[in-house]
Amino acid sequence: MSLTLIVNGKSHTVDVDPSTPLLYVLRNDLGLQGPRFGCGLGQCGLCTVIVNGAATRSCIVPVSRVKSGITTLEGLAKDGKLHPLQQAWIDEQVPQCGFCQNGQIMTAKALLDKNPNPTDAEIREGMNGTLCRCMTYYRVQAAIKRAVKAMAEHRVSAKEVVA
Amino acid sequence: MTTFNGIPKHVEDVLSRRSVLKSAGLFVVSFGPLTAPVNGQNPAGPYPDVDYRQVDSWIVIHEDGSATFYVGKTDCGQGTGTSFRQIMSDELDVAYDKTACIMGSTDVTVDQGGSGGSTAMERDSWPMRRVAAEARRVLFQMGSERFGLPVDQLVVNEGVISVKGDPSKSVTYGQLIGGKRFNVALTGDNINATSGAASVKPVQALKNVGLSPQRYDIPPKVDGSLKWAVDVKLPGMVHARNVKPPLAGAKLVGIDETSVRSLPGFVKVVSKGNYVAVVCEREEQAIRAANTLKVNWQKPSAAPFPSSENLFNYMREVKPTSSSKPIVVGDPETAFDGAAKVLEADYDIPFQGHTAISPAHAMADPSNGQMTIYSNDMKSYGMRRGVAQFLGVPREKVRVVWMEGPQGFGRTAADDAGCEAAYLAKEIGRPVRVQWMRSEETAWDTKAPAFAVKMKGALDASGNLVALDYNARAADYNHVGYNEADTVLIAQLMGIRRGKPAEGSSAVPSDVYAIPNRRMAAHVVSMPLVWETPLRTGNLRDPNGPQSTFASESFIDELAAAAKADPMEFRMKLLTSATAEDNGFRRARSIAVLKAAADAYGWDRRPSPKPRGTGEILSGRGMAYSFRGQTIAAEIAEVEVNVRTGHVWVKRLVCAHDCGLVINPQSLRRTVECAMLHSLSRAIHEEVQFDTEKVTSMDWNSHPTLTHADVPEKIDVVLVNGDPNPNRPDLPPYGGGESACKPMLAAVANAIYDATGVRLRRVPFRAPRVLAALKAAQI
Repeated sequence: MSLTLIVNGKSHTVDVDPSTPLLYVLRNDLGLQGPRFGCGLGQCGLCTVIVNGAATRSCIVPVSRVKSGITTLEGLAKDGKLHPLQQAWIDEQVPQCGFCQNGQIMTAKALLDKNPNPTDAEIREGMNGTLCRCMTYYRVQAAIKRAVKAMAEHRVSAKEVVA
Repeated sequence: MTTFNGIPKHVEDVLSRRSVLKSAGLFVVSFGPLTAPVNGQNPAGPYPDVDYRQVDSWIVIHEDGSATFYVGKTDCGQGTGTSFRQIMSDELDVAYDKTACIMGSTDVTVDQGGSGGSTAMERDSWPMRRVAAEARRVLFQMGSERFGLPVDQLVVNEGVISVKGDPSKSVTYGQLIGGKRFNVALTGDNINATSGAASVKPVQALKNVGLSPQRYDIPPKVDGSLKWAVDVKLPGMVHARNVKPPLAGAKLVGIDETSVRSLPGFVKVVSKGNYVAVVCEREEQAIRAANTLKVNWQKPSAAPFPSSENLFNYMREVKPTSSSKPIVVGDPETAFDGAAKVLEADYDIPFQGHTAISPAHAMADPSNGQMTIYSNDMKSYGMRRGVAQFLGVPREKVRVVWMEGPQGFGRTAADDAGCEAAYLAKEIGRPVRVQWMRSEETAWDTKAPAFAVKMKGALDASGNLVALDYNARAADYNHVGYNEADTVLIAQLMGIRRGKPAEGSSAVPSDVYAIPNRRMAAHVVSMPLVWETPLRTGNLRDPNGPQSTFASESFIDELAAAAKADPMEFRMKLLTSATAEDNGFRRARSIAVLKAAADAYGWDRRPSPKPRGTGEILSGRGMAYSFRGQTIAAEIAEVEVNVRTGHVWVKRLVCAHDCGLVINPQSLRRTVECAMLHSLSRAIHEEVQFDTEKVTSMDWNSHPTLTHADVPEKIDVVLVNGDPNPNRPDLPPYGGGESACKPMLAAVANAIYDATGVRLRRVPFRAPRVLAALKAAQI
């Protein structure tokens, strides 16, 4: 069955069984490497993409259910500049192996989009189902706070420019 | 265009393909230029071993003066490549940001065994340093010839050799040898002994060592550009999924291939012995076909293992398969007889899984009469040997291209997917990608052995520890090795048996306490099912350390409490009461590390438990210490125990750590933090559960792990250099990857005791178990 998907602002047409989980289409048909297989059960978050603003576990979503508004890790950078979360991840030197970090970053992105200034408890709560077996959680939380600060400073300076 | 004459083919290939660094100095390791297939086919073989006795096998200097280092290591996520660049650029005298590091692909890098045992800096950085120093010596020689001056009239700074006192006379490394071979032979009977004529620099002369350049592998990991082993795609590839026996020890009776033949994309069912796999054109098709395939299995006549609830009774009663000779100091029997107080306690640590965040995976390409495996195997060289043996083909026809993957920690040293992919690729004649499913990985990965430990200790009337007995049983029989062709799971399922299963190992505690009378005994026991079992044991990060240290360091705390002594002081007394010189100043360094941990935490001296608080939350602190090799770690945990729910939150962690020379402090701190949290996860969550037919831990609910909610509020890592002469020029680096895993289980148990007065001797400390113990103690 021919389906059209809009991912990271680009349109793609694929010919797949409509029940195929979105993850396999993103990885195997579109050649994206951000979302990865971890459990196929929606438990770990490695496959997270953002669909219309919501962190979505692409391993359990049939491709036919989503058509547009899909953002993957590859789509976060704008105009060659990393998203503040990605930059915070580098500044904080978060990853160990890094295999789960797609899930960490994409979940954090959706969290901050909804709540730009979360409390520590809200970060723990919002990130809780996103697993890391190298146990980088402490640094992930530090990087989120660092990004929150950087984004707030950016908003202030943007306002000053406008003023 | 440089021409190469009379040089080994692999070096020529590598030289001609090596790309110059990007100007930013950020070099993304990819399998692009080095190992990519040519026209969709494997490059022509054979793939000989890379000769470690040639400088050219380790270092290439490009015309722009940048250098690429080729090392026989892999990175499990601790950023070792960055540290190798630091240490080699220092010895070679090139700027750090003009270097790159290529790791672990068997046809382009020397065989240093990949990674394992925290040997990256302790052992494997030494040949790298010596080869880089030799390259520098040779470059000085070339400079000397160019200027007609003796080498002592020359100086070098960041790859530029100049004449002393006349900086206008200078030449760059790139001008001297860029794009050309060194053609310099090295010596050494084995790769660890590799050396040239040059000496390495004294520690004080190292400039990049001790700094914390950011890891080069992190940017491509956060922007999505890194190509991981899971990402490899080849023309004509197919996807495979395994079908595992539903019950441990079940025998395959028959397969009804018609159940999947008409499914879309179906290619083939491959089966031999009890190994079954389904191959399809697309990944989701293979998953569906593996779930649909009708297979008839025969239930085994005997139970493969006791249930996880009865595990420890079984382990205590069964006859050991082997017992090591006990280590005896003094006369423990007499000391116990004459003691004022004798304590006894049993400690139980269950099987715990690797449960890697990504299940096992590999891609194998059988094209052009060769076999290439794209894999995250941390011991890629071992996989090459194992696959060659398993397939019965010469090693020269096999290469393993190492690529990044989920954490290794020993799981990928017993890699199953690589052998499976190679076998299936040979059968199908097309590139095959294998990936295990979550339930398969959690149930069937290699496990850390369960331990049942009996402790006995004696105090004299003054509260001095006069005798200690440690007696451990580890369920570790038939411990699997490193990609061995007769122990990887596919071989076992196919009915391959080695003559005698591996003996396995137990462990004795790692401390340097001065205890006058001591006995340490270690035994290995077996489960009834030895082969084809989901309870295969393998190395999990510091393989026996967390288990043995949980028992020994919890019990030291029990003895301190019985002596009404502060747990830190009690240990300190055991360390300071002997003055004998010891290996690597372990005793002096242990004392320094304990002090550093106590200072960083602000340890108040008092016996445990503290007077019990009131209210729902009880807090306390506990410590534990041990060493691994020459690396010392002391850890302090502060906990909050919810007496209503039994929930334990570790609010604060401190680790003082001495691993000798520190190459990259920031990388080390991150590694230590994460190693502590890994063991915290084992302390409070992890246990493999099984009934008498099968493993029932199949996913993240049934084998839970640490989550964001569990993370401490504050973690402090203190890097200590407790060498009595900390400025010595030959200060060696010791291992840093596993040492912090060891003390954590005991530190948490000791903190729970401090908070509640309740001693937990069974891991993990999940809420229901803690609550039951609190209730039993009427709290």
